[in-house]
Amino acid sequence: MTTGDLSTLLVWGAATAFTVALIAFSTDLARIAERAQRRVPELATAGAAPARGARPATAVSGSEEQSAPGRSVRAEGIARSTTLLGLLMLFAGIVLRGIAAGRWPTANMYEFTIVGVFVAVLVLTVVQRRRIIAFVGVLVMGMAVLALVLALNAFFIQADQVQPALQSYWLIIHVGVAITATGIFTVAFAASVLQVLKSYREEAADAPAVSVGPSGEPVAASASSAATSSARRSDRFRRVVSGRRFGWLEQVPGSRELEAMSFRLNAIAFVLWTLTLIGGAIWAEHAWGRYWGWDPKEVGTFVAWVVYAAYLHARTTRGWSGRRAAYFVFVGYAVVLANFTVVNLVVTGKHSYSGV
Amino acid sequence: MTVHRPEGLSDVFMEPTEAPTSTPPTLPTLGLVGWLRWAWRQLTSMRVALLLLMLLAVAAVPGTVWPQRAQDTAKVATYISDHPTTGPWLDRLGFFDVYSSVWFSAIYLLLFVSLVGCILPRTKVHLAGVRGRPPRAPRRFARFPAQGSGSVAVSPAQAAEDSVAVLRRGWRWLPFVPTYRVDTRDEGGGTWSVSAERGYLRETGNLVFHLALVGLLISVATGQVLHYRGQAIVVQGRGFANAQVDYDTFEQGTAYSPSSLVPFTLRLDEFESRFDPETLQSRDFTAHVTLTNPGEEPTEETIKVNHPLDAGGAKVYLQGNGYAPDLTVHDAAGQIAFSGPTPFLPQDEVYTSRGVLKVPDVSGDQEQIGIVGYLLPTAQEVGEDLYRSIDPQPTDPLLVLSVWSGNLGLDTGVPQNVYELDEARMTQAIDADGTTVTLYVRPGETVDLPDGLGTLTFNGLPRYVALDLRHDPALPFVLVFALLAFAGLATSLFAPRRRLWLRFAPGGAEDTGRTVVTAAGLARGDDVGLQPELDRVLAATLAPTDDGPPAAPRGPTSGESTP
Ligand code: HEM
Repeated sequence: MTTGDLSTLLVWGAATAFTVALIAFSTDLARIAERAQRRVPELATAGAAPARGARPATAVSGSEEQSAPGRSVRAEGIARSTTLLGLLMLFAGIVLRGIAAGRWPTANMYEFTIVGVFVAVLVLTVVQRRRIIAFVGVLVMGMAVLALVLALNAFFIQADQVQPALQSYWLIIHVGVAITATGIFTVAFAASVLQVLKSYREEAADAPAVSVGPSGEPVAASASSAATSSARRSDRFRRVVSGRRFGWLEQVPGSRELEAMSFRLNAIAFVLWTLTLIGGAIWAEHAWGRYWGWDPKEVGTFVAWVVYAAYLHARTTRGWSGRRAAYFVFVGYAVVLANFTVVNLVVTGKHSYSGV
Repeated sequence: MTVHRPEGLSDVFMEPTEAPTSTPPTLPTLGLVGWLRWAWRQLTSMRVALLLLMLLAVAAVPGTVWPQRAQDTAKVATYISDHPTTGPWLDRLGFFDVYSSVWFSAIYLLLFVSLVGCILPRTKVHLAGVRGRPPRAPRRFARFPAQGSGSVAVSPAQAAEDSVAVLRRGWRWLPFVPTYRVDTRDEGGGTWSVSAERGYLRETGNLVFHLALVGLLISVATGQVLHYRGQAIVVQGRGFANAQVDYDTFEQGTAYSPSSLVPFTLRLDEFESRFDPETLQSRDFTAHVTLTNPGEEPTEETIKVNHPLDAGGAKVYLQGNGYAPDLTVHDAAGQIAFSGPTPFLPQDEVYTSRGVLKVPDVSGDQEQIGIVGYLLPTAQEVGEDLYRSIDPQPTDPLLVLSVWSGNLGLDTGVPQNVYELDEARMTQAIDADGTTVTLYVRPGETVDLPDGLGTLTFNGLPRYVALDLRHDPALPFVLVFALLAFAGLATSLFAPRRRLWLRFAPGGAEDTGRTVVTAAGLARGDDVGLQPELDRVLAATLAPTDDGPPAAPRGPTSGESTP
């Protein structure tokens, strides 16, 4: 068996380990959901609607294990250990790939994907080192498994040397940074999805509280007026999210906390994305003789950058922060993904290095 | 989620530009100036900036959907002729020149105007803030996101002094740079207050970032005006002189005069290429050249992909390479009608190359000759008279040509593509049995052209390189502003900006002799480190003033700093 084959085998191993982790995360989530379904009516009859406070995650009243009602310790343990195992295998696979090719392993779509998955799962592990948020785990792991399988089946090419245009240390800087940014954007995206779900649920639980409580609080006031304006549009969605089936959302950190987490990750990733853009331009200046030429990949990178810039601005604009800002994250992440898949596979441009 | 906005603090720390938009002006009293002012306020509001950003993102997309002139003129022409109804309209609306279209330019120019209008006032406020004292402590602390309280057995003035010492202390790893700027005020009645502020860098970074973007735009535009770029094909053993006539294509900014081209010369001595023996993918291209700058000794240089050569204020890039068969054509009268290398354009990985040879200068009233065909660097016969190339290296080169005669159309005044034969007034040579004539020529061979047109000799197979020459004096500025923007961005996103206030009041009935300390904190944006920092400062202030490190972390709250 060659080094390249061993690398591929390890990547398959990682995909398997991540699948097990995905199942474990899902089990955990299902357990929480199941428990929550049983608890919600209880709460309702007791009249103790979860209060909305700085930390709604711990606001659930009750004498049961305060921090983790319903979660499966066993499933979380399995998720943790298989994630770690998968990370190790993936890392070894990447290193061996580099050895087999005799260069830094970020030159084509296959390598880009496996390294990107590595970063995303690594960030997930770091973010969850204290507390597991099963939903984020399911989302990121699901995407990771999908990406790995796609990479192994659709993007795979033999480990090999690269053409002259790619023989530059910028392959390490520019592409490495781009991959890292993409990985971090992925986890931030998952956090934003959860934030939106959670904020809908909080809003539903909040609606009576605002009318009863003191109305001097500007936070509550603006939140509720925004709620009425967009109420009709998202009414059905809100009803679903605040229903029993999404009871597990009670166990999730508050939307404010999730927003903060998503922002911190997005901020880091955005700075790295900026570096990708600048590094790409410097490299293009060396390799193609111009620093910017509106090549499809350049346009995609630019559009994603502008959307995330808009996200940062939205966060500080009154009336656009919170859930609305999260929609920018969805758009931005969609552009990042399209920039990788559609631009590489469908559009022809100077960036046709995928080898597929 | 709305950021908490306590009373009376509308300065740069808060979001300043929103107020005007929320009060709709009374229209009749506005007048022209009023309208202009109103429009300006709108334009410089964050909301409009947001809108323009999203517009910019959307407007950039059509450039990848439709072919662009700047990249591929031929593709655009094909598209328009394939779509006779929509094509011309799209053209009129600028969809084939998206990035220089009126609407795209309008969006980014408005965005930059908005940016300047937004940033300059902020810069002023920020400079005043940096020079001024940290803002005085607000009367009530109740609504601030971080709070704390305690009491201590020293006088209010003494306690205030202690807290100043705590706040002035530097970072653990940078002890001489104070974290906070601190200001103490006597509020009367024995009450003292301390205001502290840190993180001016955050706002500075933000301003630097935005202003650097303006600088970037200006540098890029300057480069557009002052640049030139051109392409030249240089055949092995031949030279290139840096004058406009020696370029195949040449394009310059409005303020660049081609007469200021530095007249260096460049000769291609040798071209080396290496391919993977199995996949035939390229692995290395190196052009060995001799560069002669005016008034200097010739020097030997190399040009590689990713390693351009600096010459005469321009950068010389290795953009392509191929073969230029050295051909000689004798006409029917035996005169040399053409002689020299003719670049053939590679079409695939194995360098199957296509080329055209136009021979207008035939003697007498003989018809002009056009020769079209392919070069196969390593020919392999795959069928009867059917060849293909199996290797990009010239191990067994073969020319496969067809011959035309008639009028090349060179004197019609319409510029011609040198790589295309205009067949309108030409006829292709055919055999007696009606099939077209194909010539197979190997190096060193001479073949007769059909119909007694003359002969063709294949003398040799030199290589050529396609060079891109580019001069852009704004390049260093573009780089500096890009890096400045990056540094500013990183600072503005990661440097925390915080304000802390502490108030020291004489104790009431229960606390006589003690000082009651209350504290509040405010941060720009979400800042999970705010409360722990307030706790730390408070703890250190209240701690007995021994020499131990008072910054003892308090367990439960500091754990909140990471989710
Ligand atoms: C302004 C110029 C450039 C920009 C904005 C840019 C942008 C990007 C971005 C965002 C990615 C990562 C995400 C993705 O693949 O979708 C990427 C990947 C990559 N870039 Fe660039 N780039 C630029 C110039 C260059 C140059 C000059 C080269 C090499 C000659 C290059 C080679 C690569 C490679 C090899 C990858 C990863 C492989 C892949 O796309 O499958 N880039 N670029």
